[in-house]
Amino acid sequence: MGMTMSQKILAAHAGKGEVRPGELLEANLDLVLGNDVTTPVAINEFHKTGYTQVFDGEKIAIVPDHFTPNKDLKAAEQCKMVREFAHQMGIANYFEVGAMGIEHCLIPEQGLAVPGDLIIGADSHTCTYGALGAFSTGVGSTDMAAGMATGRLWFKVPSALKFVLKNQPAPWVSGKDIILHIIGQIGVDGALYKSMEFMGDGLAHLSMDDRFTIANMAIEAGAKNGIFMVDAKTIAYVKEHSTKAYRIYEPDADAVYDEEYELDLSTLRPTVAFPHLPANTKTIDEVEDIQIDQVVIGSCTNGRLSDLRTAAGILKGKKVKKGVRVLVFPGTQRIYLQALREGIIEDLVTAGAVVSTPTCGPCLGGHMGILARGERAVSTTNRNFVGRMGHPESEVYLASPAVAAASALTGKITDPAQV
Amino acid sequence: MKAKGRVFKYKDNVDTDVIIPARYLNTFDPQELAAHCLEDLDPEFSQRVQAGDIIVAGKNFGCGSSREHAPLAIKTAKVSCVIAATFARIFYRNAINIGLPILESPEAAAGTEAGDELEVDFDQGKIVNLTKGQVFQAQPFPEFMQKIMAAEGLINHIKAESKW
Repeated sequence: MGMTMSQKILAAHAGKGEVRPGELLEANLDLVLGNDVTTPVAINEFHKTGYTQVFDGEKIAIVPDHFTPNKDLKAAEQCKMVREFAHQMGIANYFEVGAMGIEHCLIPEQGLAVPGDLIIGADSHTCTYGALGAFSTGVGSTDMAAGMATGRLWFKVPSALKFVLKNQPAPWVSGKDIILHIIGQIGVDGALYKSMEFMGDGLAHLSMDDRFTIANMAIEAGAKNGIFMVDAKTIAYVKEHSTKAYRIYEPDADAVYDEEYELDLSTLRPTVAFPHLPANTKTIDEVEDIQIDQVVIGSCTNGRLSDLRTAAGILKGKKVKKGVRVLVFPGTQRIYLQALREGIIEDLVTAGAVVSTPTCGPCLGGHMGILARGERAVSTTNRNFVGRMGHPESEVYLASPAVAAASALTGKITDPAQV
Repeated sequence: MKAKGRVFKYKDNVDTDVIIPARYLNTFDPQELAAHCLEDLDPEFSQRVQAGDIIVAGKNFGCGSSREHAPLAIKTAKVSCVIAATFARIFYRNAINIGLPILESPEAAAGTEAGDELEVDFDQGKIVNLTKGQVFQAQPFPEFMQKIMAAEGLINHIKAESKW
């Protein structure tokens, strides 16, 4: 029986020639990741294992990004615990404020994820690195602890859904619109326990940033991982950012997929997910008068340079609507600096936006932009569950950077083609 | 292993943000997490829940964030078992890894109401609704996962299995 990309990577890391969906196996890990919210729990569990050293200090990355810069006393204590553990254990890839970024923007930029890797992260959006042709999946803190101790973890081999992307995306259609469209189509559990594998000639029209956004939100369809076929763009990205050895896996010609979906990207429209599920999508043409209080542009989903460029392109020389708060979060220090050099930051600030240091901040209702009761935000983030950005009676509308920026100008959800 | 308790019934797609909102994630103290368990979905849950009570929900329970604080909050609230039509996969792993008993049964999820009394036999995957006099059969877990649960979580399992 032919194998999918995801199955091949799992098989290779378990030392097996072939695996089948549903099979349980133990596999060797190339990278174990955690943040300031999940790592403290993992440290606690790690100490219970009896292990006194991590399996490999080079293969663990810890990025305090959720409640940093420390948002309050308790968060400061958690960050301190993580910092001390990283130093004690000789964890090479610990990123302090000043070097850190939002983890899923930072890890690829640092060259720590490459094609063919098997990666776990105690953060659900660890699936982002599938954009690079890696098998990368979110786990909990106890799995992180086990991974740090042993360098191995148990996996159930997933079956897969195949997404064949065709043609060039329509104007103003980005990776965010593509993945929101897919989640709207298959639902928040449409890929439950499964891999989402992306291929097709449409990939040639998608930047790496678009692919990171798409893979990032595979979890919002319930997927175990999202993964892209590796092409020249992937290799160019990897060569620019990493010196790690990589390996390209392609699906077998007779690989078995549970379902196959074909998407003609030229027919898609900018897409918005209404409260309170990422699957609750409408095209921009179906959106009626939705007044907003806040716009968030950033996060592990859309905090990359091309996202900021798009937003600045729309806001440049204009002013955000009076009364609307526009918060921009560059994904990493490097992205921030490049945005500064390109004049993006100046354009955003002149238009009336504020620009923060990288942090997950408001995406999960942590800090830096909490919504009050009844307030609404258009956000380029990934979840719009009840209370996600603040009060349980606030609302989050998920959209692309272009839609978010256009909405910042009008104070209501707006088609970027109209501004 | 068996459990018996009253049912708290919830809908599809109960996400980890409502199980334990991020505003409480600046701590991992289990008691503090339990005090806010399900606060944004059912504000009275933490006051009403009694030791042994059972959560029954629809599909995709525990979707969203990977926060292990979610099953930890439920376990510390002394919930004996979560039964759902399906579980989101990270929550599923986390529950097994920390030793929170869970069972997947779309039939039991559909045939149970808030306040019903259930008796659950984990070894057999048998769910008895004592209030309605109905019996549901859940898929038993693979042996590998049963071993982790029997060890009350992955860490004990790792300690026991030197192979790890």
